[in-house]
Amino acid sequence: MEITVKLFAMFRVGRFAAGTYKYREGITPADIAGELKIPEREVGIVLVNSRHAKLDHRLFEGDTLSLFPLVGGG
Amino acid sequence: MEKIIRVNMADLSTRIEAVPAGWAGLGGRGLTSTIVAAEVPPTCHPLGPSNKLVFAPGLLTGTPAANSGRLSAGAKSPLTGTIKESNAGGTAAQMLARLGIKALIIEGIPKADAWYSLHVSMDGVTVQEETELVGKGNFAVIEALEARLGKKTGILTIGPAGELKMTAANISVKDPDSKIRSHGRGGLGAVMGSKKIKFISINDEGAPKVPIADPEKFRTASRAFAKALLDHPVSGEGLPTYGTNVLVNILHEAGGLPTKNFTAGQFDSHDKISGETLHETIVARGGKHKHGCHAGCIIQCSQVYHDKEGKYVTSGFEYETIWGLGADCCVDNLDDIARADNLMDDIGIDSIETAVMFGVAMEAGILPFGDGKGIIRLLEEEIAKGTALGRILGGGAGSVGKAYGVTRVPVVKNQGIPAYDPRSVKGIGITYATSTMGADHTAGYTIATNILNVGGFVDPLKKDGQVELSRNLQIATAAVDSTGMCIFVAFPALDIPECLPALIDMINARFGISLTGDDVTNLGKHILKVERQFNIEAGFTKEHDRLPEFFKSEPVAPHNAVWDFTDAEIDEFWNF
Repeated sequence: MEITVKLFAMFRVGRFAAGTYKYREGITPADIAGELKIPEREVGIVLVNSRHAKLDHRLFEGDTLSLFPLVGGG
Repeated sequence: MEKIIRVNMADLSTRIEAVPAGWAGLGGRGLTSTIVAAEVPPTCHPLGPSNKLVFAPGLLTGTPAANSGRLSAGAKSPLTGTIKESNAGGTAAQMLARLGIKALIIEGIPKADAWYSLHVSMDGVTVQEETELVGKGNFAVIEALEARLGKKTGILTIGPAGELKMTAANISVKDPDSKIRSHGRGGLGAVMGSKKIKFISINDEGAPKVPIADPEKFRTASRAFAKALLDHPVSGEGLPTYGTNVLVNILHEAGGLPTKNFTAGQFDSHDKISGETLHETIVARGGKHKHGCHAGCIIQCSQVYHDKEGKYVTSGFEYETIWGLGADCCVDNLDDIARADNLMDDIGIDSIETAVMFGVAMEAGILPFGDGKGIIRLLEEEIAKGTALGRILGGGAGSVGKAYGVTRVPVVKNQGIPAYDPRSVKGIGITYATSTMGADHTAGYTIATNILNVGGFVDPLKKDGQVELSRNLQIATAAVDSTGMCIFVAFPALDIPECLPALIDMINARFGISLTGDDVTNLGKHILKVERQFNIEAGFTKEHDRLPEFFKSEPVAPHNAVWDFTDAEIDEFWNF
C-alpha cells in the first residue's frame, strides 16, 4: 500500500522532506521511523492525516504520516 | 537597597521611595499588575493623565540565573481597555535590576506641548526635554543615543506609532546587538507617547551586583536549572536550531495554522515560510540561526536574517510575525516578511497585532491577499507617516474591521488572535477567551500540550480537559512572568521534574526565603485575580470572555472544526 511520509526539522537532514512510498499492510509509524533510522525516543509528534497518533497506530492505504522531533516555539 | 522610582510628568518631578512591604515579594508581571491595580482607576482613559506606565524587572533578573533577563511593562491598555502586562528581552531589565530599581512608575501627562526623555542611573532619574529625536524611527534613536551617551546605554524607546498614540504601538527595547526587542502587545507604546516620553536611557555604571542571600544554594540551583534547559529537546535543540518558526509546518500539518484571515487551517505555501526554510536561508546567507535576546540566555531561539547580498534585514524574526504576514495574509516570500518585520521594529508597532490587522485589511479590500510589497508600502507610506489610513491600520485588527465593516475580525477584547486557530486547537481558544490581557497565546500556552506533546497530551480537537489545561497554564505563567524568566523555560518545567524546584530554589536563595511550590501556584492565582478584578471594575463581564461569532458558525478545514464551547463551560475557567 502507498503512504505519504513527511519529515520535519532535523529529521529531514540526510533523509527527505516528503515522499510517497510503498509499504506492507499493517505497518505502523514506529516501523517507518525504524526503517528511516530515526530512534523512537527522538520522535516527538506523530500525525496521521493531520490527527495526533501513537507510534503503534495502524496505517492504511493513502494515509499521510508526519513525523516531528520534539520541537516547540511560540 | 531596592527602591521604587516615580516620575510625575505633570510637573516633571521625580521621587525615590522605599519598597512597600506588600510589594517586596513581587517582581515582573506580579508587581506591574499589583501597582496598576492599586493606583490606576480602572475606568480611566488609558491615554489620559490617570493611567500609569510601570516597568519592573523580574525577581531573578540581574542574577546569573539563565534566561532571567525579561522586563515587564504594565498599564491600562488603550487597545483592550483591560489591565496589561507585556514582557520583553533586551538589556534594560538587567540594568534596572542592578541599579536596585524594583519598579519605575511613570505618572501624569505634561502640561507643555513638548517631548521628554528620562535618564536612569546610580544618581536616580532625571527628566529632560527632547527635540532632536522626536519623529525618528527606533533604529535612528538607538544609533543617536549610543553616540550621545555611550555604546552600553540601555534604551527603551517609542517610534512614530507610539508618538501618534496608535493603539498597536509597542515599546522597543535595545538588545545586546543594538537591535530591537519589543513590549509588543496591548499598545503600551501609545501610553508612553501619551506621557510624551520619546525614550528612557539607562546607565548602570557603578551599580553593584544584584545581592544573593545564599550564594552557594543559588549556584547549585542555577546549575540544575540550566541543565534542565539544555537537556530538554525543545529548549536545548529545537529552538536554537529552527527558532519559534519551526511551528509553521507543525501547525499546518495539524490543521491549526490560521490562513487567509482565518478562513482555512492550512497554507499551501507553508514550506516557503517554514522554520526549516528559514534555517536554510539564514545559513546560506551568512546570518545567525542562534541568538539570544538578553545576556544569559542559553536557549537562543532568536536569529539574524540577511538578504541575498548578505546584509542585515531583521532579527528576532518570530513565528507569530511570519505566520501572520505569511499564512494569514497569504504572502509566501520570506524576504518581504523580513523587510516588514524590520519596518515594524522601526515604526514601533506590534508585529502580531499588525500582522492580524493586515489579514483583516486584505479581507476589507485595502490590498489583495498575498501582496507582500503592498504590506511594505502601507507600513512605510501610511502607518509610519500617520496618514488617516495609517492611523486606522495602526489601531490594529479591530480598528480596521470597524472602519471597513468586516465581520470576520479575529480579536478578543479587541486584541488580535495570534497564530493558532481556536477551532482546531481548542485549549488555546479558552486562553484567548479568558486571559486578562485579551487574546494572548503566551498567557496560557496550551499548544505545548495540545500539539507539541509537552506536559502530556490533550487532544486539540476535543473539548475535554481544555479548561483545566488553560487554567493550570495561565496560573503557572502568571508566576513565571513574575520571575523575569523567559516563558520558554516552561517547556523543560513541564517535562523535567528537577526544573521547577530549581527555579523556586533560586528565588529562595536570592531573597533568603522559603517559598514552596504551592506558594508559587498561589502567587499565580493571586495575580490573575488581581488582574481580573481590575477588568471587572473597568466594566468587563464574563460576556467579554468570548470568541468572535464567526468561529462558531464557520467550520475550518481540514477538520471542519467549529468553536463549540458553551458560555457556561468557558466560565468554569474562573472557578478557582
